[in-house]
Amino acid sequence: MVIGLGHYLTVAAVLFTLGVFGIFINRKNVIVILMSIELILLAVNINMVAFSTHLNDIVGQIFAMLILTVAAAEAAIGLAILVVFFRNRGSIAVEDVNRLRG
Amino acid sequence: MTVTAAFFYLFATITVASGFMVIASRNPVQSVLFLILAFVNAAGLFLMMGAEFLAMILVIVYVGAVAVLFLFVVMMLDVDFAALRQGFLQYLPIGGVIGVIFLLELILVVGAYAVDPGLVRSPAVPIPAPEVMTNTEALGQVLYTRYFYFFQAAGLILLVAMIGAIVLTLRERVGVRRQDISKQNARTQDTAVEVRKVPFRQGI
Repeated sequence: MVIGLGHYLTVAAVLFTLGVFGIFINRKNVIVILMSIELILLAVNINMVAFSTHLNDIVGQIFAMLILTVAAAEAAIGLAILVVFFRNRGSIAVEDVNRLRG
Repeated sequence: MTVTAAFFYLFATITVASGFMVIASRNPVQSVLFLILAFVNAAGLFLMMGAEFLAMILVIVYVGAVAVLFLFVVMMLDVDFAALRQGFLQYLPIGGVIGVIFLLELILVVGAYAVDPGLVRSPAVPIPAPEVMTNTEALGQVLYTRYFYFFQAAGLILLVAMIGAIVLTLRERVGVRRQDISKQNARTQDTAVEVRKVPFRQGI
């Protein structure tokens, strides 16, 4: 039994769906939403690397690395915003995020 | 079943299962730990695909930095996570419907794709054989030449993220005694020490 491109794409698809699903069912908890975004980015990375090795082209791995960079930056900024928000409101529930509403 | 297939199914199963536990677990600390497990097993998948450098980077960056950052924030914030779980079941139907639709569409795409043979024949930068060059070396030879501007943009993004995170979370507290070095250095013996003549049996 040969493990081909389709196997990796399936794993990535399932992970991506889990990430989207997690955003929907954890509507109130920002931390879990951020973790779901990380899962989605991981799924995208798996796709990139799978295509890169299947097509024998290293550029996909370069882009996977760039996605990783953006994911790290996004996590840092997101968590910083979360900490500031918690300091101001004393809660991290998503429905409390309405300060900018006029 | 070959060893490769066995390892693939091991890594894939644990990755998907821990990905599910990330979104389903009650305690966010457990979610973070399952996220770490998912990343480590995804690194195993990367290794099997032949992207060794990215696998190691995944472990270092995600497990070593991002997941620990999450863990810090989860433990630092004093949040009643049980209250945040309220309404969990309320969103389950809509989330489930959208998730199933999404998964079906993705499975249809994965089941029906066909790779253009022209892409396989003419890659932009072919991966050298492992005997010729290691994966790390090959990546470096492309990243620092063809994609040098992308590399610098990535560095800029990280710099902006670092400055942004510091600016966002830095706060000036009032009423905190701070060390003022110029004030300390400006003190001389004249201003700091005073000689008094104390009268007998009276004190100052």
